[in-house]
Amino acid sequence: MATETNSAGLTDAAAGVDHAASAPGMPQLDFSTWGNQIFWLVLALLATYFILSRVALPRIGAVLAERQGTITNDIAAAEDLKARAIEAEAAYDKALIDARAEAQLIVTKARADIQGDLDAAIAMADAEIAAKSAESEKAIADIRASAMENVKEVAKDTAQEIVAVLGGTADAGTVETAVTARMKG
Amino acid sequence: MATEAQGEEAGGLVFHPMDQFIVEPFFGEGAVAWYTITNATFWMALAVLTTFALLVLGTSRRSIIPTRMQSVAELAYGFVYKMVEDICGKEGVKYFPYIMTLFMFIVTANFLGLIPTAFSPTSHFAVTVVLALAVFLTVTVLGFVKNGTAFLGLFWVASAPLALRPVLAIIELISYFVRPVSHSIRLAGNIMAGHAVIKVFAGFAAIAVISPASIVAITAMYGLEVLVAFIQAYVFTILACVYLKDALHPGH
Repeated sequence: MATETNSAGLTDAAAGVDHAASAPGMPQLDFSTWGNQIFWLVLALLATYFILSRVALPRIGAVLAERQGTITNDIAAAEDLKARAIEAEAAYDKALIDARAEAQLIVTKARADIQGDLDAAIAMADAEIAAKSAESEKAIADIRASAMENVKEVAKDTAQEIVAVLGGTADAGTVETAVTARMKG
Repeated sequence: MATEAQGEEAGGLVFHPMDQFIVEPFFGEGAVAWYTITNATFWMALAVLTTFALLVLGTSRRSIIPTRMQSVAELAYGFVYKMVEDICGKEGVKYFPYIMTLFMFIVTANFLGLIPTAFSPTSHFAVTVVLALAVFLTVTVLGFVKNGTAFLGLFWVASAPLALRPVLAIIELISYFVRPVSHSIRLAGNIMAGHAVIKVFAGFAAIAVISPASIVAITAMYGLEVLVAFIQAYVFTILACVYLKDALHPGH
């Protein structure tokens, strides 16, 4: 301590500054400079306080609040978009299901239509076939009837001829009655 | 310069670790009057300018996506704001500019003091005593204005057994008045000690054999002092908040 004190005194002497109070060796305890330091400190603190309270702090506070607001808005917008995406997906799914159901309906209807057409065509064909076969049957019946008639004619004629050949005189009416009677039997 | 000359004259190791704290006129020489612009004035002004540059110029663009400077300014703001809010509660936010002023002045003065050949205003008791007294007086006045005589409940520990309360009251009273002392000496002492130790190591660097170890030691101490510069500013600020909380919500 003694050396220090001594050297400090010497230094001051060398610098040509009269620091009588700096003798204890700690410039902090040199009370002659306290007034100076306190004066400038108060000035510095006031300056800092005015800079902070008037300009810096409101500005930084505003920037932080604005950023918070922007982030909140962005998150809200993102959530909104997400909800819309989910909605769109639901709509898409619904459209898909609807389309599938409609397709099913169309297929069923088409099948039913085709079946109906087919049934109608079959029925028509059946009716035609029935008509044709009835006609054919009638024709056959006619042919059969006419054939019987022909057979009857042939029989009468033959019988008359046979009677004539045998030498009898054949009454046409008698022969006919007889033949008809025979043919019935 | 004078120091070196002295050392050579003495022909051995001479340490002047405290010379760096001498307050002297910044322009010319002479006595230090209360209005003289001194090295202390200069470095205090630099601290104010640094605060201005960081918090005002750094945020001048008010960008939503901050620049580096603006990030640091916002970080400092958020750091102190959260401290005040956490410790003092919502009512304490009103006093945030005062706390922020203390913090910014101390932290910038501490860091500027770490520049080689710089002067640390915060290493002087004149500065820290004013800062601590400002906090102490504000808190005491505020405590009585806000709570009236209920503020004295701070010294009357209602949760303790009745017999113990007078004893505790004396202890509390002493600890209350010791606050500004410890508050100021802690800051100035830390800064002063660190700078003085660095200076002592620098003195050892004059011996060629020891100088490498001395330089390593200076580097290590410097790293530690960077931490101390911030931590002491933080400690001073957080204690100011704690004292302010006592004024706003007395009682334990």
